[in-house]
Formats: sequence, structure tokens, C-alpha cells
Amino acid sequence: MLLIHCPHCGPRNADEFSFGGELVPRPGPDSEPESWRDYLYTKENLAGWEREQWFHLSGCRRFLEVERHTITNEIHSVRDVTKGTA
Amino acid sequence: MTNRRHIARYSAFSLIKQSLTGQRWSRVWRHHDLKPSYDVVIVGGGVHGLATAYYLARNHGITNVAVIEKSYLGSGGSGRNTAIVRSNYLTPEGSAFYDRSVKLYEHLADELNFNVMFEQRGHMTLAHSDSSLRTMQWRAEVNRMAGIDSEVIGPPDVKRLAPAIDVSSRPRYPILGALWHPPGGIVRHDAVVWGYARAADRLGVHIHQQTEVTAIDVTAGAVTGVHTSGGRISTPVVVNCTAGWSSLVSALAGVRLPITTRPLQAAVTEPVQPILNPVVVSGSLHVYLSQTARGELVFGASVDPFNSYSTRGSLEFAEGLAGHVLELMPSLSNMRLLRQWSGLCDMTPDFGPIIGMTPVAGFYVDVGWGTYGFKAAPVAGEQTAQLLATGVVPDLIAPFSLDRFARGDLTAEKGAAAVGH
Repeated sequence: MLLIHCPHCGPRNADEFSFGGELVPRPGPDSEPESWRDYLYTKENLAGWEREQWFHLSGCRRFLEVERHTITNEIHSVRDVTKGTA
Repeated sequence: MTNRRHIARYSAFSLIKQSLTGQRWSRVWRHHDLKPSYDVVIVGGGVHGLATAYYLARNHGITNVAVIEKSYLGSGGSGRNTAIVRSNYLTPEGSAFYDRSVKLYEHLADELNFNVMFEQRGHMTLAHSDSSLRTMQWRAEVNRMAGIDSEVIGPPDVKRLAPAIDVSSRPRYPILGALWHPPGGIVRHDAVVWGYARAADRLGVHIHQQTEVTAIDVTAGAVTGVHTSGGRISTPVVVNCTAGWSSLVSALAGVRLPITTRPLQAAVTEPVQPILNPVVVSGSLHVYLSQTARGELVFGASVDPFNSYSTRGSLEFAEGLAGHVLELMPSLSNMRLLRQWSGLCDMTPDFGPIIGMTPVAGFYVDVGWGTYGFKAAPVAGEQTAQLLATGVVPDLIAPFSLDRFARGDLTAEKGAAAVGH
């Protein structure tokens, strides 16, 4: 079981969240279609510490930035993407 | 240490001779020292890598080939899948591709002189809703246009083909029908790995286990060599067949892929008398099951809901799986799970594989197989070998090129994956 410490709701099972994948900088609005496709599809798919987005679907419904180790599933930090609280 | 002993052909005669003389069987494949250069280096000693090596040698006479495996042969997805083979896909390109694979599997034991125990018991995909019944009708029509044996059947036929399945109105989602695909079935997956390894070895391919690729040399946009834990190899051609680890190996050559790695969990029960003949799949219940020749029931599920390189099993999976299986076959309620495991799947955005060239000359990929790499291995190996030998992309794999993502020309195989993702 993967436990995520939501800054608003406390420790919750990962089942409550929806996984949004690794955080990738969004291209500017004037970018070429190729940059958008690269943003959409190409992934680093790291084996190690990864910054990723989770959405607390069955909880506070906030978007969270989570630092997780993709081999051990250990979680380093969780923060609300808008508030910057740990 | 190089074992140069001739590898004997397996036959009834050799079995009798061996048992009467008490002689030890020769090793299935030989050990070689790493050579400083090869014409082709295949990274990944699973069924895709070994099949590619075999077809390179057999169909094209290219035998100066090394297969590099960081662990033991078949230690990744090849030995962790649920061994199902079928070709009833949704898209015409998908159906054509997997149909070729089923045909190759049908003759594989004979060709490799290795019993791969392919049993074409039929493959049944259950429909629990009107919409899935409609999709199945669509799939059956696409399949029939391609000459693939596939039809929609009703609950009485489901009951006749698999009496242990509950087709009554008791379950929450009663069974309304099924897509029936008689050529589908199960194969002994380890035997496919060993059979390809042995056949490739006989043709002169070098297999290097416990050898990990640590770096790939790229000079002026072309591959020049590979660094491994056993030393450097000069080579103009590297093929990445590493499934769940494909992003990491491609990154060594500076190639980024549209792949995320997700674990897929599976489980097996204690062995019992034969109770289930066909392979049974339920997309709505996220489960597929079959009974092995040994009598164990093998269950597979959909991929885990988040990316990970962890192969640990979870209690949520075992619990959910048991609930779903009992919805289908309530008579299994007293059976015990023997073990559970997981394998790493290389998922692509459109659920189609990525096979062919990359922006780096000489660096090829045969990856992105997600949850159905095993059933595709013979045809993927055959077509990749043809691409390497001729330099021309064969028609069967043309829809699965890496540049389709940059062009926005995705395939649409999601609807035909065994269970929802």
C-alpha cells in the first residue's frame, strides 16, 4: 500500500488519488505542434526520485506535487501545487 | 570457458538413448567470452531479444550477434506474463500483426525443436454490458475481414465452453455474451525463451547473461559501441529489447521515448483437477484467467494505477482480484493463492508498440509492448530482424514507428487491450 501524506487531509491510501505523471514544464502558447506533442508524449520515466503530480480525487480535490522514488515507492515530500506548503 | 560440445537434437530417440546411457544432457545454450566486436548487439535477453537474434541468424545469415542480458534469460516480462496468445485485436494493423504471431507460434515447437507447449484452447472475452457487446461485434467483424477466426457467442455457449463460469443473473454484472476466438491459447513462456535461446545459439549467436549495458557510444549521430559490465564491444547496431527498462537503455544513446513503466500484477493458485479449458478474460472485472497444464489457475490484472519500477505485490491487488474472480467462478471460493508477482510493462500513450529506427543511426528499438509483449514476440523478432538486415521498414511494423508521436499519427489499439488500462 502506498501512503500519501496529503497536506490537507493527512495520510491517505494512494487509491484515493489520481496519478498525473511526471511534472514536465509546459510549452509556451505560441509553441509549435511538435513541442506540444513532445510535452504530451515523451517522458523521462526515471528510475529514482521523480517529481510528479497527484490529484486528491476522493479527498480535498487539490493538485499535489509529490517527490517519490520510483523503485522503492518511498515518498520524500508532498505539497499543494498552489500553496507551496510542505 | 567456452563449451564447444555439439548440442544434440531433441527427439524420442535421443530421450531413450539419454535415459538408457545415463549420460548428462548437454547445456541448452553455450557460454562464450565477450568478443571485442559484433555486427549486432541486442540488449535484453527476453523473448523479443532472443527471437530477433534467432531470425537474424536463420532468415538473414547474420550470426555475429550478441544478446546482452543483465540478469538471467527471461528474468523480466518474458517469465512474468500470463502466457496468453491471441490475435483478435481491434484495428486492422493490430489484427494482421498478431495473426502472423499466432501463425509463427503454431509452428514454433517444430521449428525450434523445443516443445513450447502451445495449447490452442480458445480465448473468450466476456461482455457484461451492451456497449462491450457492441465493441465485440465490431472486433469480430474486423477480425473476420482479416481472415481471423473470431465470433460473438451467447451465454449458453459460454456455459458450454467453460462450465465453471456463472452465467446466471446472480452477479452484479451478468454475462451477456462473449467474443470467442478459437485459435487463442496459452504457451509455456519459459520454453519459448529457452527454445529461441537454444536455436539462436546453435546458429552461432552469443548469449551473455549477467552482463549489464552501462553506456552506449554514439559518434556523429551513429552508434559505435556498447560498454558493459564485461567490457566494451564495438558495434554499428544496437537493438533495445528491454521492455520495462527501455527508457533507461534508450537514454544511454540519447533517445527519449514516449514510455512510462508500470507494474502489472499476476497470481497463481494451488494446482487442481482440470476445471477450465479456454482462456477467459473479463474487461469489466479487470481479470483474465487460464488453467495451466499443471493445474494451477493463473490470474492477471490490469496495470497498477501509477508508474513504478517496483515489482512488489500488493494486498489490494490480491483482494480485488479474488473478489473479481469469484464473481466469475464462485466455485473457486475455497482455493488458495500460491503466490503473486509483478512484471514491468512499458506503456505507450496509444497502447501500440514502438518498433523500428530512432534518430540515432544504428540504434533500433523493439519496445512499448505494454501488456501484450509476449504474444507478439515471434513476429516482432522476425520483423525487427528483417529491418536490420534489409534497412527497409517492413509493412507489418510501419504503423508502429517512433516518429508517429512527433507527427501526431497515433494508432488506436487501446480498445482491444485485454482489460481496461
